[in-house]
Amino acid sequence: MSHPVSIWVYLSASPLLGLALTLVVYAAADVLAKRFGSPALLNPVLLAIVTIVIVLKLTNTPYERYFEGGQFVHFLLGPATVALAIPLYRNLALIRKSALAIIVAIVIGSVTAAVSGALIARALGAPPIVVHSLIPKAVTTPIAMGMSQQMGGLPSLTAALVILSGITGAIFATVLWPTGGQPDYASRGVAIGTAAHGIGTARALIIDPTMGAFAGLAMGLNALVSSLLVPIVVALLRL
Amino acid sequence: MISRALNLPIPGPVIGMALLFIVFLVRRDIPEPLERTGSGLLGVLSLLFVPAGVGVMQHLDLIAASWLPIVVTIVASTAITMLVTAAVMHGVQRLVDLRPR
Repeated sequence: MSHPVSIWVYLSASPLLGLALTLVVYAAADVLAKRFGSPALLNPVLLAIVTIVIVLKLTNTPYERYFEGGQFVHFLLGPATVALAIPLYRNLALIRKSALAIIVAIVIGSVTAAVSGALIARALGAPPIVVHSLIPKAVTTPIAMGMSQQMGGLPSLTAALVILSGITGAIFATVLWPTGGQPDYASRGVAIGTAAHGIGTARALIIDPTMGAFAGLAMGLNALVSSLLVPIVVALLRL
Repeated sequence: MISRALNLPIPGPVIGMALLFIVFLVRRDIPEPLERTGSGLLGVLSLLFVPAGVGVMQHLDLIAASWLPIVVTIVASTAITMLVTAAVMHGVQRLVDLRPR
């Protein structure tokens, strides 16, 4: 049997490190969260990210090195987004019935997210580059980064803020609305997808398949609506 | 590819989702192997965000410098957006349902 240190040396020199670290830490975070009955604050995504960042910092591993392995997991995001068409199709009848309400809610929600984000951040004295990076925080990462660039933000900072917003929205999904009651699951799903993109959608899928379908739909539509509408609103309000 | 060719502001995967949805509409069902693969992927959707999230570490100094406005903005703005969006959707749907046809 080889010495543990030599295994670390081997792993840290290969892309397997990032991959193994991601899978092992996420699996552990998921088990831990379930063990405590999946309380909202013990979000496995948040737990895994914090743990991995600490490990990388302690071992002086740069993010680029980690991502050489992490990219294999990251790559699956694309196909998974495409797969959201499955719950969408399953809830076709419901979506048809609510088409008008969905569109109105997303238009208002996308503007609310951008304007409230900008106003609160500015009121609290955040520097302009942070304010502009925060404006697209509710939109799915690739689009948010493009919007950030366009509005004078920092795309890579926006990516981080988008993830944080998603985790926050995923936590709020059960905090704001305990199981049952009002509003209905379709409205909650649209709200989660609009405010918390894919991470919120992932959480919504776990809570209820219908909520997940509406969240996935809202995430996609919000990407479209926000990228067209938000830059105009921001310019008009001089945010 | 379509997104690049048409210079749309929508990312490829979102267009892929729309295209696949249209395929389902035309076929009127979801092929079994696709259903299995797709549901498997969606089951671990949360995991797939971890590598991008670890990217936070590249901006720890900028985030540390204005962590309070960032945290308050994200928490407050996300909560406001969720409550407003859900209320609007619920309200409009009730108006639509009330309207006699």
